[in-house]
Amino acid sequence: MENSFFSNLKCRECGKLYPKQAIHVCDFDFGPLEAVYDYEAIRGKLTRQLIESRPQSMWRYRELLPIDGEPTVGRQVGFTPLVKADRLAKALGIRELYIKNDTVNYPTLSFKDRVVSVALSRARELGFEVVACASTGNLANSVAANAASAGLKSYVLIPADLEQGKVLGSLVYGTQVVAIHGAYDQVNRLCSEIAGKYGWGFVNVNLRPYYAEGSKTMGFEIAEQLGWRLPQHTVIPMASGSLLTKIHKAYKEFIDLGLVEKTPFSVHGAQATGCSPISTSLKRGSDLVKPVAKPQTIAKSLAIGTPADGYYAIHSMNQTGGSADDCSDEEIIEGIRLLAEHEGIFAETAGGVTVGCAKKLIASGKIPADSSAVLCITGNGLKTQEALLNQCGAPRVINPSLREFEDQIYQPDLAAAF
Amino acid sequence: MPSVLIPTPLRKLTNDLDLVQADGATIAEVFANLEKAFPGIQERICDDKGCIRRFVNVFVNGEDVRFLEETATPVHSNDEISIVPAIAGG
Repeated sequence: MENSFFSNLKCRECGKLYPKQAIHVCDFDFGPLEAVYDYEAIRGKLTRQLIESRPQSMWRYRELLPIDGEPTVGRQVGFTPLVKADRLAKALGIRELYIKNDTVNYPTLSFKDRVVSVALSRARELGFEVVACASTGNLANSVAANAASAGLKSYVLIPADLEQGKVLGSLVYGTQVVAIHGAYDQVNRLCSEIAGKYGWGFVNVNLRPYYAEGSKTMGFEIAEQLGWRLPQHTVIPMASGSLLTKIHKAYKEFIDLGLVEKTPFSVHGAQATGCSPISTSLKRGSDLVKPVAKPQTIAKSLAIGTPADGYYAIHSMNQTGGSADDCSDEEIIEGIRLLAEHEGIFAETAGGVTVGCAKKLIASGKIPADSSAVLCITGNGLKTQEALLNQCGAPRVINPSLREFEDQIYQPDLAAAF
Repeated sequence: MPSVLIPTPLRKLTNDLDLVQADGATIAEVFANLEKAFPGIQERICDDKGCIRRFVNVFVNGEDVRFLEETATPVHSNDEISIVPAIAGG
């Protein structure tokens, strides 16, 4: 296809090349397959000016995404705001801070719309009529919505204990929601077995090489929105670890293509203490990721005990001089409130993890106070409201009486004294 | 005899069978017997030290053997063993 620079799939472990089909692991060593491109051909063609001339969506980086034709699903996804967060910067004690705000990504308010847009566009090219996923919630919402708009039949498989907002946020699109008794990793195992038996396009199983590349667009947008430069530090939440590795890849691709200057950058990972297999390994100085059997955290979207890309995420952090940390449920809630009260952005629990860990990394000097950082906020707080029940106070109830208002709520004399 | 669910990438070695039987009292023994029936399959699941490869997960009745005794995990005649490639997602 003339428009495509996407040439093959390639095993990340042994480098063996594969055709661009619905396959996700190497036949020989089970290493994950990854999209490869003809970078030489892209180098002459993809310029800052060309990108800037295009519509404001993730598809402005079309040459670096693994589909053959034009995108057919999720053409409006991405190009979310990069918010300069001066008030939060002050609260966390850092010179310069930005929020990459995917809480307002289109259409389902999380970064997963990026990956699903690519996976389903590719699913159509490969002729799938049924698409499916294993999900901790956000991916299910996005598959359900984008499949509905594309006229594809969908099944989403989720752990049975997810937040109401995420369950309803799938059901409303008319998808088949299957809730499994068990943790995410068990849902995933079942999905792998279903994918092996039926000819469905599982976005995170046999379409994974396509799906995963969609995450790069978050990194591309950060670099472009900063004025075509790389941030010194990027803090990224980790579930399977895929997003972190793909933001790392995005920055490297922009350097290689001459779209940004080669300046030092570090990628840092954030996890919840109740499910922190990647940050625990990194802190131990190992790249052997010991799985967590029973994740226990309010950050359910990050509760993956067997992170498929943990090994590569650790290498990305080590290669870039990055670090990782994890935070408790209380620190997650504090993180959500810090972001909301200082920047007016309501993030889901994973966003609380990112802010909570960023606070620790800044306090410990791993992200120096005189540097500049971007926090990746990947999902919307309206989906995980249960986590904040009784944590933010309650409305004060009065009768519609000015006297009650002045007696109980606002005393002008006292207010003037401040 | 325990049954073993074979993932798609390994079915070229099992004549496209997705479910096979293999005897053994431990995971290691089952894999050794699988190798006899389907030569070449063992080195795909385990590295040259006999450890399960980084990107492969092995379950006995749904339980990851990394939480049990790895390849020394005991298996019984009615057990179901799944071999599953690592999966991304969220």
